Amino acid sequence: MSMKVGSRQVDGVTIVDCSGRITLGEGSVVLRDTVRDLLSKGNKKIVLNLQDVNYIDSSGIGELVSAFTTTKNQGGELKLLNLTKKVNDLLQITKLYTVFDVKDDEAAAVKSFK
Amino acid sequence: MAMTEQRVSYTLDSSLETIDSAEEKATRIATDLGFADDEVMQISMAVREGAVNAVLHGNEYAPDKKVTLAFERTGDNLVITIRDQGKGLDLSKIPNPLAPENLLKTSGRGIFLMRSFMDVVEIRPSQTGTELKLIKHVHGPTAGGKEASQ
Repeated sequence: MSMKVGSRQVDGVTIVDCSGRITLGEGSVVLRDTVRDLLSKGNKKIVLNLQDVNYIDSSGIGELVSAFTTTKNQGGELKLLNLTKKVNDLLQITKLYTVFDVKDDEAAAVKSFK
Repeated sequence: MAMTEQRVSYTLDSSLETIDSAEEKATRIATDLGFADDEVMQISMAVREGAVNAVLHGNEYAPDKKVTLAFERTGDNLVITIRDQGKGLDLSKIPNPLAPENLLKTSGRGIFLMRSFMDVVEIRPSQTGTELKLIKHVHGPTAGGKEASQ
């Protein structure tokens, strides 16, 4: 299953609902294009909802890092929401869990933006 | 690979499809060998990362270069070998992805993940390509990440 995204606005925050696989190729490209498109339109408060992302490889991890730093470099914030156990474990062993702001409640994630 | 067979190998193109195919084969074979679900995921991800390295960094998508992938059951081990026909990996140039200065790099985690998920990871670079050997104990401890040699 390739990756699919849909975005919605909640109190000025863009929630990007991701599903499928974030892997080298299409999945990574979809995520990259989505974040770049949001930033180009001035949407700088971004939450990636990864609830339905069941697989991610090292390229996908790299794409999450890229999305995080690209957003930060443009004065925005990107947070992660609802990690599956697999993705959570990957971020733990790569020590990225402490880099990302990870939330498990959408309302709290939205409120956490300044 | 049927359970009765001891070894199976594939010769694959240097393409993105090869990466998905290698992962699928690893999932099927590890499942057939009776690995637990989390071990199957670890094996398939390690093979995927190895295939990514072979296709991208080894063969650099060259259409005239092939990737060979072999699965072998030897005693209590599943031994997976991935070979490319590239210039050979320079192990000294592989940074530690856990170092603070590397945490925000967008690449360089593939070998680390393989070492995290497999019991043994051996990398043998040469001028005619790189051979990667991934070993998982069939009934051994999980995700030991022990490294025999490079």
